[in-house]
Amino acid sequence: MSEFLQHLVNMLVLGGTYALLGIGLTLIFGIMNVVNFTHGVLYTFGAYIMFIVVNQFGLNFFLALPVAVIAGWLLGAAVELILLRPLRGSDIDTTMLVMIGAWIAMQSGTLWIWGGVAKSVATPFPDEPLVLGPVSVAWLRLFVLAAAALLIVATYLLVNRTKLGSAMRATFQDQDTASLMGVNVDLIYTSTFAIGSSLAAAAGALLGPVYVIFPQMGDLAAVKAFAIVILGGLGNITGAVIGGFMLALAEELGAGYVSSGYRDAMGFLIIIAVLIFKPTGLFARSERVG
Amino acid sequence: MMTAPTIALKVEQVAIRFGGLVALSNLNFTVREGEIVSLIGPNGAGKTTAFNVITGFLGPTHGTVSYRGTTLNGLKPHEIADLGLIRTFQRTSVFPNDTVYDNLMIGLHRQGRTGLIEAILGLPRARSSERKAHQRAGELLEWIGLNRRAFDPAGSLSYGEQRLVGVALALAAEPSMLLLDEPVSGMNASETQDFVELVRKIRSHGVTILLVEHDMPMVMSVSDRIVVLNYGRIIAEGPPEVIRNDPAVIEAYLGQGAMHA
Amino acid sequence: MRSGVAILTVAAFASVPLWLRDPYLLNALITTGIFIIAAMSLNLLLGFTGQLSLGHVAFFGIGAYTSALTSLGFDVPLPGGLHVVHDPWPPIAGFALAVVIAGLCGYFVGRLSFRVRGAYFVIVTISFAEVVRLVALNWVELTQGPLALNNIPSIALPLPGFGELVLRTKLQNYYLVLAVAVTAYALISRLVNSHFGRAMRGLMENEALAISVGIDVTRTLTLAAVISAAIAGAAGSLYAHYIRIIDPEVFAFINTVTMVIMVISGGKGSLAGPVVGGLIFGLMPVFLRPIMTPEAQWIAYGGVLIVILFVLPRGIVPSLMQRFAKGRKEVRAVGPVAFSKSSAEEHA
Repeated sequence: MSEFLQHLVNMLVLGGTYALLGIGLTLIFGIMNVVNFTHGVLYTFGAYIMFIVVNQFGLNFFLALPVAVIAGWLLGAAVELILLRPLRGSDIDTTMLVMIGAWIAMQSGTLWIWGGVAKSVATPFPDEPLVLGPVSVAWLRLFVLAAAALLIVATYLLVNRTKLGSAMRATFQDQDTASLMGVNVDLIYTSTFAIGSSLAAAAGALLGPVYVIFPQMGDLAAVKAFAIVILGGLGNITGAVIGGFMLALAEELGAGYVSSGYRDAMGFLIIIAVLIFKPTGLFARSERVG
Repeated sequence: MMTAPTIALKVEQVAIRFGGLVALSNLNFTVREGEIVSLIGPNGAGKTTAFNVITGFLGPTHGTVSYRGTTLNGLKPHEIADLGLIRTFQRTSVFPNDTVYDNLMIGLHRQGRTGLIEAILGLPRARSSERKAHQRAGELLEWIGLNRRAFDPAGSLSYGEQRLVGVALALAAEPSMLLLDEPVSGMNASETQDFVELVRKIRSHGVTILLVEHDMPMVMSVSDRIVVLNYGRIIAEGPPEVIRNDPAVIEAYLGQGAMHA
Repeated sequence: MRSGVAILTVAAFASVPLWLRDPYLLNALITTGIFIIAAMSLNLLLGFTGQLSLGHVAFFGIGAYTSALTSLGFDVPLPGGLHVVHDPWPPIAGFALAVVIAGLCGYFVGRLSFRVRGAYFVIVTISFAEVVRLVALNWVELTQGPLALNNIPSIALPLPGFGELVLRTKLQNYYLVLAVAVTAYALISRLVNSHFGRAMRGLMENEALAISVGIDVTRTLTLAAVISAAIAGAAGSLYAHYIRIIDPEVFAFINTVTMVIMVISGGKGSLAGPVVGGLIFGLMPVFLRPIMTPEAQWIAYGGVLIVILFVLPRGIVPSLMQRFAKGRKEVRAVGPVAFSKSSAEEHA
């Protein structure tokens, strides 16, 4: 039983960051209809920023986090402006392939600069975990959970309570009407991509220190993000949050009770199963963002 | 001695309700073999709905549609097509990145199907089937008069020319009855005139024609009979001269703008 | 492709081992040839049917593993104490089985995946390939996992009356790959120019219209997937018996990307496109090796893919053909679609 509780705690930590990944992608995929293959790279990018800022520049760990988020925001905006905006209106295949090209180039760039050897980020937390009855949680992981929760709430407020957010939701519903009503669709697209990318970077920045950092770490993250988006329904933030926790739970239980080798397969299997049996996702009120 | 023309399409007491909205009520009309009948009416009168019911894209709440004695209710669109009832589409009527010639070749899909292995190995039956298809494509091209555009991508044609390709695609399926959905929208006056000639030529080959249209002069010049809809019901029916002077029709159109005859 | 040019090209390729002395280059040509076969099969789905299948490497890898396991034999324990034992069969049988099994997988993936379309289809195909990779990695009893299947026998051609010819040398393998590539090309060419090929095009161009002229969507897509997968499986089998070591890395997504770059840069929807793209991206690493590390090369490939999509979106071969077509005075357009000109010329 305590083993199960331990899995549950792990699931919460993992789920929070997965939710960030998923929310970021569901916004991009939902509002812009772009299959964003660079999402995983942004995740990796966030992790490496933490590494550079903390290990190489010696900045405070807690300050490094916002730096990573902002860096992700900037990189996302750059990708959108340079690659996506000129392709607006092309068919979805071309856009997807350009994203793949960007992904390959960026990931290879990461490999080229930092090499393939895994890195760790120095963290300021004590090594002994916090023990609560039958379960133990590393302080770092508690921090990760708290930070993720904070970011999820912030994103939710952004999308549902701000002017930018309502413009985003309008664009999601009907791009043409939104632009007729004065919404600057170009700005919304860039903002959406930047925000989504910053969330991916945040997820990487949070999980990087928990595990290790290496150039290909974003690949699995990208797939999991897609699984979460498909589970939760396109453009559905709440669905993405729930989906993130569900994926984490499936992984934890799968790794614990089936085989750890297949842990990462959970995401893929979920994608295949959901798309075959319920393509609109488990929470099919897919008409609204938020 | 003339034999009485038989009925091809029969629309009996067709009604269709969307929730509380009655889109069509008590629609009754027939189209006889070899006739050219036009369905007209002001915007929102229910023409498109009626068209979709007849071609199987919508199921009526009430009533039956039958073609040459076979009830069409409940049949899927491709089953209705198999009976010889072929429709055109108003928008996206071509395969845009293929040449006009290739469009027709694709449209001849139903004719002379051969097994895949036969096609790959180039066996005689496959080859003669291909030859026939090419011949037919050439004929259709002549029919619609687009020989000089044969090898241009269909998407580069004018809107009116694309409609012609759409009609050719419909003809490729060897229809016994052709249902034209706003065929001349987007055509200029001379293209429209050519189209009227084409419709007459098609009819002279024994094809029955039902069309939905807005263009009054075109409708008046090509139709044997006209059925006028307003608010989902038939308000007048008859040959063009009668319809032109029918007060109910004039009023229906004047309510939404003058009728140009 | 006009037959005169085709024959000349094949003859040119066939002559290569006669004058190329460098075994390293010959080896590169052989593996490039194998990848070209896989790229041609991907082009069938991507270029001629309009389906962006990014899990294509799964069929390649399944073909490789099937062929390897068939010719090596295996002994797999099942739950309950049962064993599934297979004695080694001749590699030729492995090749045949690879084609069949890969084709079968293509059928199932096709039937399942085509229920979801567009972007979701892409995601499902990627997921499928990754699941297969993880199975190959973890089902160690069958696949040896990361330890790889070793000592895979070379293909032996049975020569009735003379015994058999084991294809051990590079020269022999080169001609084997060339023969399979030419066969695959011919098969795809005939398919694309047939009634079925037109159905695939119609589907890709305007699905609603295609349905209304009587084209059966599911059947067409599934058949295209089966044939495409079978050809990829054949390529995988050739790979297994040439390289003679297979590990789960054969399923790496980067291999799919390689094939995609070959097809897109060469020209999707053109028969010669994957060949041209394949030669370029198959041989470039050989020439770039002394000056660029692999990571740097991949940065370049990613960049090249992007540039081509912006500048020459239809790919090299169609763009070149368009150049030539503009120079002709005749009404007849050449264009990238093989069946337009050649079939019209023959029959009109």
